Amino acid sequence: METMRERFVAIATELVDSDPRIAVVLADITASQFAQAAARHPDRVINVGIREQLLIGVAGGLALAGLRPIVHTFPSFLVERPFEQVKLDICHQDVGAVLVSSGASYDMSAEGRTHQAPGDVALLDTLDGWTIQVPGHPDEAEFLLRAAAARDDRVYLRLSDEANRAPQPIVPGHFLPVRTGRAGTVVAAGPMLQPVLDAVAGLDLTVLYAVTVRPFDVGALRRAVAASDTADVVLVEPYLAGTSNREVGEALLHLPHRVLGLGVGRAELRRYGTSAEHAAAHGLDPESLRERIAGFLRTRR
Amino acid sequence: MATSQLTSYGYGDLGALMALMTGDEKHGPAATSTLDVLWVLYDRVLNIDPRDPDAPGRDWFLLSKGHGPIAYYAVLVAKGFIDPGLLSGFASFGSPLGYHPDRTLIPGAEISSGSLGHGLGLAVGIALGLRAQARPEPRVFTLVGDAELDEGSNYEAIAFAGAVGLDSLHAVVIDNASSTHGWSGGVGTRFECEGWSTVTVNGRDHEALEAAFAAPREGRPHAVIAVVEPKDSAIRRPATNVR
Repeated sequence: METMRERFVAIATELVDSDPRIAVVLADITASQFAQAAARHPDRVINVGIREQLLIGVAGGLALAGLRPIVHTFPSFLVERPFEQVKLDICHQDVGAVLVSSGASYDMSAEGRTHQAPGDVALLDTLDGWTIQVPGHPDEAEFLLRAAAARDDRVYLRLSDEANRAPQPIVPGHFLPVRTGRAGTVVAAGPMLQPVLDAVAGLDLTVLYAVTVRPFDVGALRRAVAASDTADVVLVEPYLAGTSNREVGEALLHLPHRVLGLGVGRAELRRYGTSAEHAAAHGLDPESLRERIAGFLRTRR
Repeated sequence: MATSQLTSYGYGDLGALMALMTGDEKHGPAATSTLDVLWVLYDRVLNIDPRDPDAPGRDWFLLSKGHGPIAYYAVLVAKGFIDPGLLSGFASFGSPLGYHPDRTLIPGAEISSGSLGHGLGLAVGIALGLRAQARPEPRVFTLVGDAELDEGSNYEAIAFAGAVGLDSLHAVVIDNASSTHGWSGGVGTRFECEGWSTVTVNGRDHEALEAAFAAPREGRPHAVIAVVEPKDSAIRRPATNVR
């Protein structure tokens, strides 16, 4: 299957061809795939070299000058390394940008810790005004990129090599109920939907599919919990475990509830290997998920 | 080209305007390292109209060195961007004027700054954005300090701007020898080696500053090194030699 990153290159190229407001800003990563677009639009396909502070500074300046920057590299170098530029050159200047990362969590499993940033969503979540999109399929990534390009606000589009088997009919800003049950509610973010659906087969659970993870769809969660026999909530996120626990707590302030936050562990694995091996090591493969979710439901009362 | 004259304030009034913020009796021009450069830029160089500070064809001025902005605020008052009545509330909870400027609160302030090493990167982006919109006229000026150049982010911007010949970009470095470890060979060499045109002048000499900003740059970004008195005379390291 075509990857989200490949789809991103195709659609961003189309956008820069068709919309004079769009600029693509790169720091060497994926630059060769944009070579033809850069040849056609040398002023709006900008590769600053391996300079990630400048990558974000340039994005802020382009936005101040009236352009819509689409900024792309790996999450370690897009969110973590230039974090203060994200905070000041984008947020504090009160401008927008579309930050598009590729290489989520342990996608680059054999590269080691230097190329893994499972804390990217949690880190961005300390800042104001970011819409955080975690697509689970290349079609969803395309849809969200097109929508983000047409706006002026701050959007983080988190692309992954992991994908669900089929796209879902997503509505930006809203969780999508994909199955309903009475024993509890599972929120599966982006590419975690497929392993979650495999894990909960035969269990009496509601599954909400979350692509827009910030702002968090409080209404959808409350409705799902109200329709359930329990206020047990499981979050399954393809980034740092517990990233959205606070959101669940605030959504359900009005009633006693329990929440289990599953995701990528905090401890460094210091392992290479495949992404499937990393998923299993973090307990995010369908078998581990089923065991952990069922175990959580059993501990009630 | 210069900023439209909307007020009767002149250079000689800046000390009194700064005193409104600090409560001190008065300030000489030496009280703040940036005063003369700011005055020359706003009085003689920048094409900005305080009645239309967001005009598409304007020049952009970015105060990267957001520390100690009282000279900046005084010049913005003198040139009609800010009401002088706001100065006495400087840095109070309800004031738009704080220790570090916020672009969303001050007409004519192009960026919010304070954390060092952000202005040049933003300026590169603005210059690229203007180039992409086929607007060759507006120039982008960024004021940085010699100690601010300690921040590595500046070198990402300096190297890239030189490599792509971003000729609408202007840096003015206030060199008051405040960098802890100094700049062996002079501040200007950091720009020259990346292909910028560079002029080093006395940062208190208005004619020399005006001429330095107008110097031909032949398709290159342009750096003006404005040398003023060392910040701390107890430091024996001399300021960069004026050429």
